[in-house]
Amino acid sequence: MRRYLTPLLFLSPATLLILLFFFTPVVATILLSFTDLSTTTFKNPSWVGLRNYQDLLADPFLKKIFFNTVKYVALTLTFNVGMGLLLALLTSLVPQRIGDPARALWLLPRILPPVVYVFIWQGILAEAPMGLVSDILGVSKNWLVAAPWTVVILANGFVGASFGMLIFTSAIRAISRELFYAAAVDGATTWQTIRRVVLPMLAWPILFVTAYQTLSLLTSFEYILLLTDGGPGFYTTEVWSLRAYHLALSNYFGNVEFGLGAAMAAVLVVIGVVVSLFYLKIFNFKALVSEPKIEIN
Amino acid sequence: MKRGIPVRLEGLSKRFGKVEAVKELDLTIEAGELVAFLGPSGCGKTTTLLMIAGIYRPTTGAVYFGDRRVDHLHPKDRDVGMVFQSYALYPHLNLFENIAFPLRLKRVPDGEVRDRVQKTADLLGIGHILERKPAQVSGGQQQRAALARALVKEPQVLLLDEPLSNLDAQIRLSARAEIRRLQRDLGVTAILVTHDQAEALAMADRVAVFSMGELQQYATPEVLYHRPKNTFVAGFVGSPPMNLIEGEFTGDGFRAGELRIPIPGAPTGKGWLGVRPEHLSLGETGHPARVLVVEPLGREVLVVVAVGEVRLQLLLPEGEKPAIDREVQLVFPTRELHFFNAEGRRIGPE
Repeated sequence: MRRYLTPLLFLSPATLLILLFFFTPVVATILLSFTDLSTTTFKNPSWVGLRNYQDLLADPFLKKIFFNTVKYVALTLTFNVGMGLLLALLTSLVPQRIGDPARALWLLPRILPPVVYVFIWQGILAEAPMGLVSDILGVSKNWLVAAPWTVVILANGFVGASFGMLIFTSAIRAISRELFYAAAVDGATTWQTIRRVVLPMLAWPILFVTAYQTLSLLTSFEYILLLTDGGPGFYTTEVWSLRAYHLALSNYFGNVEFGLGAAMAAVLVVIGVVVSLFYLKIFNFKALVSEPKIEIN
Repeated sequence: MKRGIPVRLEGLSKRFGKVEAVKELDLTIEAGELVAFLGPSGCGKTTTLLMIAGIYRPTTGAVYFGDRRVDHLHPKDRDVGMVFQSYALYPHLNLFENIAFPLRLKRVPDGEVRDRVQKTADLLGIGHILERKPAQVSGGQQQRAALARALVKEPQVLLLDEPLSNLDAQIRLSARAEIRRLQRDLGVTAILVTHDQAEALAMADRVAVFSMGELQQYATPEVLYHRPKNTFVAGFVGSPPMNLIEGEFTGDGFRAGELRIPIPGAPTGKGWLGVRPEHLSLGETGHPARVLVVEPLGREVLVVVAVGEVRLQLLLPEGEKPAIDREVQLVFPTRELHFFNAEGRRIGPE
């Protein structure tokens, strides 16, 4: 036991954070999902077993919301990872004095407060004469209403892509210069060097960004909330986490149903765990784990 | 089979911003020759090699392989193989795929790839570990794999950038001999970049000594050792380095502080006298000197003596080891003295 004391000590800060900010809320959410806690039953909630889950399954819009979520996560993720990779490669291939400012530019959406960022989008997409898109295309429309999904994905993607861009750029920078020289002498074109040398060496960062962003996209809804609030129309862009938020915290009818919202959130946790396990499996996580560089004893 | 071709550099120079890394370099390497580029770090030797490989574009000048001008060509169109100091093996590929990499890019059929990789790997004694990843083999084996990758496409020119400096001292000596043997057998023209003068002298047919982006001397190891063209080459080639004494030639001798050496036929004027540690000795009569340091090197002892302000290194047989602080008589040779003028250029003897 003494043998493990130091390692445990080293692990304790991370463990504590996970317990406090992940494990406890998950347990609380699950417990809550078995109650009928809402505005009306706030003083004396009661255990209702699986009723919240039964109610969820009976919801005629659940299927639409589920597929909305899949669509949102898949398309935004593809944009984020693909664009992040493209930006990292392009800004690494050009001279640094051009590449660095280009990357800095892409960070702007991320450092803007979401509300301001969304305001800009709404302005750009408004009808003529205010809207930039309407102006350029010569068709006066509210493009946010005309193409809500495109807007939701791009608005999220412009923020999300910079994450991958930063991670991939540092990974590309970490590749030894001699490896690029070797590839050139071996006869590789730039494209072949990217495909056969750079991309395989980015496997781990790509796994990380994909997994991390899948999970954060599953639970993120702030840009959708601000842009469309799940609309336009009936649940057009309503995703799972936004639905949970609406049920539990911002119900249209004023009676917020914490229990029902918690049930939706609990399902999301299960989906998240399953997705993580899937990623660890396909990317052969174990093979990527290397020996520790510092040994503690 | 002789497959090497001559390599000719004409007025080659390279600037990085305001820094002139290589200045107006003219150099010819004969077919099948092994030439070493020798110099301290930052002297322009690696920059020159990278221009020959096609990684860097020359600022001015031309590179010829045989009669073909290649300085405008992409590395893949130059027919060169290269070994890097870090070996630069692809970490995600096993040794087989590392060695096969140049062939795969040329779309060589699978069967031929297998044969050629196996043959080259066997030649280098790593045929039995081709399934392993670079991280799973020793430094010496990585170095062989890098060499195999450079040789598998049977290049006309082989470029070696400090290929031995990451190896243990013991393996380094055997790797030296092996690379030399292989290069001769294959008849490939080879250029070896190194900062280790012993390696350059041991391996190369001719050595090009670089300093500050300029070629100092280009000659056989014997000529470099016995007829260094200037004080830089004299001080860089040979270990321990040549003693260089600043003083004045008087026509019949050399004078530096208390030191007076009679040399019939000496030049006149200020300059440097060079004498190698192995050519100095101790005797009954000579210049009085005091022993400062004695370093046993095994077969020989390195002795540092002082004649007034002048300090000199001597290499003596083990049996003649003097005691520290003793007064000794320093004997200068009559031959094997080198005369340099005040600018450091060799002025004699021929």
